[in-house]
Amino acid sequence: MPSEGWSRRDFLKGVSASAALTKAALGTQDAHAQEKPDPETAAVVEHLPAAGAPLAFTLNGEAKNLTVEPRRTLLDLLRQDLGLTGPKEVCDRGACGACTVIRDGKPIVACMVLAHDCAGAKLETIEGIGTKEMPHPLQRAFVECDALQCGFCTPGMVTALKCLLDHEPNPSLDQIKKAVSGNVCRCGTYPRIFEAAQRAAKVSSR
Amino acid sequence: MSDEKITLGFEGHRVEKTARVANGQPRPWDLDSKLEVVGKKHPRVDGLLKATGKARYTHDVRLPGMLWGVIVRSPYAAALVKKVSLEKALAAPGVKAAIRIARDRVHYHGDEVAALCATSLELAREAARLVEVEYEVLPHVVTAEEARRADAPRVFPKRENALAGRAQKHGDVDAGLAKSDKTVHATYRTQVQTQSALETHGLVAHWEDATTLTIHASTQGTFSVREGLAREFGLKDSDVRVLAEHVGGGFGAKFGPGVEGVAAAKLAREAKAPVWLMVDRKGNHLACGNRPDSTQEMTGGIAKDGSLLALKVSSYGTGGVAAGSSGVANPMVYKVPNVEKREESVVTNGGGARAFRAPGHPQGFFALEQMVDELADAIGMDPLEVRVKNDPSEIRQREWQIGADAIGWKEKRNREPGKGGPIVRGVGCAATRWGGQGGPAAAVHVRVDEDGTVEARSGAQDIGTGTRTVIATVVAEELGLVSPSDVRVAVGDTRDPIGPGSGGSRTASSIAPAARTAAFQVREALWRALAKQKLVTEESSAGAFSQGKVMLADRTVPFAEAVRLSGKKGFQWIGERIQNDREAAFHESGVAGCQFAEVEVDLETGKVKVVKVVAVQDAGTIVDALTAESQVIGGVIQGVGYALFEERIMDRRSGRVLNADMLHYKIPTAEDCPEIVPLLFPVAAGGNNVGLLGIGEPPTVPTAAAIANAVANATGVRVRELPLTPARVLAALATRDAAPALTPAKKVWR
Repeated sequence: MPSEGWSRRDFLKGVSASAALTKAALGTQDAHAQEKPDPETAAVVEHLPAAGAPLAFTLNGEAKNLTVEPRRTLLDLLRQDLGLTGPKEVCDRGACGACTVIRDGKPIVACMVLAHDCAGAKLETIEGIGTKEMPHPLQRAFVECDALQCGFCTPGMVTALKCLLDHEPNPSLDQIKKAVSGNVCRCGTYPRIFEAAQRAAKVSSR
Repeated sequence: MSDEKITLGFEGHRVEKTARVANGQPRPWDLDSKLEVVGKKHPRVDGLLKATGKARYTHDVRLPGMLWGVIVRSPYAAALVKKVSLEKALAAPGVKAAIRIARDRVHYHGDEVAALCATSLELAREAARLVEVEYEVLPHVVTAEEARRADAPRVFPKRENALAGRAQKHGDVDAGLAKSDKTVHATYRTQVQTQSALETHGLVAHWEDATTLTIHASTQGTFSVREGLAREFGLKDSDVRVLAEHVGGGFGAKFGPGVEGVAAAKLAREAKAPVWLMVDRKGNHLACGNRPDSTQEMTGGIAKDGSLLALKVSSYGTGGVAAGSSGVANPMVYKVPNVEKREESVVTNGGGARAFRAPGHPQGFFALEQMVDELADAIGMDPLEVRVKNDPSEIRQREWQIGADAIGWKEKRNREPGKGGPIVRGVGCAATRWGGQGGPAAAVHVRVDEDGTVEARSGAQDIGTGTRTVIATVVAEELGLVSPSDVRVAVGDTRDPIGPGSGGSRTASSIAPAARTAAFQVREALWRALAKQKLVTEESSAGAFSQGKVMLADRTVPFAEAVRLSGKKGFQWIGERIQNDREAAFHESGVAGCQFAEVEVDLETGKVKVVKVVAVQDAGTIVDALTAESQVIGGVIQGVGYALFEERIMDRRSGRVLNADMLHYKIPTAEDCPEIVPLLFPVAAGGNNVGLLGIGEPPTVPTAAAIANAVANATGVRVRELPLTPARVLAALATRDAAPALTPAKKVWR
């Protein structure tokens, strides 16, 4: 069978081989056993608890103490285990920004981050930014400017811009564009998104 | 039935018509209707749900005991499937069911072979690797050119690859060409584009019992999913309930349950548990639809005075394994007395084409509108002048002027294309046309509770186009409420009244008149009840409902208070869409629009930057101006992607798709987005009680053509193949010295 290109597993193996991450973040588990183990990572695999390792972080202001499989991505942890379906899985390769969450004040794509790389971090998702009853000015502006159509990219867009406004309360148009340049909207709402970000900045700075 | 005089058209072009108004139907809105809610800018009613991440999509559905499904796909473009062994996969941890999908053959890279479900998505993916498939690889062919050859491998053993498509003929094209002062012969090519909705295709299937199937589907057609699954499993339609609360885009490809949907339902039945099966991004690119490519050989003829005299088109294209999908839409907009057209649809070993936002149109208009420019260049006339001269649409005559003024055609038209640099600028334009008046079957249930709460329900879906908001706006208008947010709307449940699939720009146009009928009947019933209580004396309720209040005989009360005073427990009605009244409709040939693009081209790198697009768009009655503008903006941006980047790339030797992801299949992002000026052109369209014409599709039709024409105006060379990549622009520029430069018109239109 021809190669199917890069799988996430290949990616993780590559990462592990480069030893860029902590040992706890490496590896695979039992289900991979039918494949010949990579000699470089085999030793690590043996030491990993298959069912998961302890992981603690703050999620939308709430302390979380979990047991998480080492291979779990942050996005799968949020969506599948913790039931936070605001961040969306679209490309699963860090190319679209739909799964954007904020880690220690910086936007990250949760599909490309291992959950264990968030140990001790402060995480913020769309669910923590505002609610229907108490929306963030950005969320209100998104609605007023119609900066959304199907809405599937919207959580990622709002999250990326929230992060921008936290650091830069009066962003220029270029800064706004740059902040969402990693976020894809297929319906084509970009001009409305720029408008919404500017409107929210104005409201917040009042 | 009564006859009513109505006035249609637009200011400066008023047309009197007689509408036959059926019993129980309100008088159609016309040019003189005083509307309070309709036509204004309203935020969409489900906006905050989406902006807070609370909107639940099929991807987000989590049911108790739910299993996760995956599909195993063919790595080969063509192969016999000798054997599919599921045993090892079934024995893998967490796996609850597995099925074979492929019959004896697979026809493209990504064709479905098997499916399975497990207790987690990871375990399902792991197990998918254990499905053993024995293939006998066959020769394949993935380009239309090669597939047309006599010695090409056959995609389907029992039929030829090339199939004659529609033919069209009027007048005498050879005589028309002979009579022409100038003729142009050129071949235009367009690429395969994938819909790439952000939410991939798929559904969650749940058997409540042996004959009750509940489905959560990411779909453009709730009822099409219901019908497809009912047929597949021998159930009654009503045994299947399809829910689509929110849908992450569709763009034409999401109709019916799909192979993945049927697989999910089979797996769920076998595993006796709900199954979530959303296609992954790669599978979505490979197997969930695309816009076919096209090669259009054209000969056009023009008279010195700018009259288009003849157009001969011979086109072919491939929609992969989907036969008969690659027709192109032209000439359509211009009056050309002599036309001859032949189409050929070629099957190849590629994923099947599906409807994609205005099927056939962006490709057809890309060729036609460049041909019009080339003919104009040939006689030295401004291309806009040629268009105005040959365009029979009264609406577009006005729109050409509006657009030209908005872009600054006169000032921005490059008189010396290709001179100077390295950055050169130019403008171009193109027309659009689409149907979209809608029709049955569609119905809307409007209910007013005792406390004055207004609710409207439709079984149709909102794929991001604003179906909910359109229904709410129309109901609010009819009941004299203040804004659409005063109406609760539920859509996307097949237990509610029937609605259309969101294709052909017909959701809003089909549903809005049904919503108005229902609200009208509710208002009449409330009025009768108030009359019985002797609170009103006028026979007609017209004009009595306004700004959230009801005018009684002696005072004005809030709507909810009027409901309370009526002494009734509430009111409800299911309004049904009736056929359009063609005699009382303004449009004879669909909505009209045009776009103007301004570009910058770097002569050294070949990079095209779209600076600005002005989009003038008729949509009949504008119900919600804000969401209508959004539709136009979105259509333009998708057109920019089609013009500049998007292209599914297949490897001829392996028959595989090389860019089935979002990194290498490039969709426009914020930095690629030009300034877009959406200019809605309201027309009192009649035809039914609302007169809305859908605009989901028309705004994406002319964008690539207008951009290509602008590139030619900037550079003095023509790129006849999409997308307009730097390589293609440079290649065209390289021919500049070899061929005489285009002579631009000396006089600019107006």
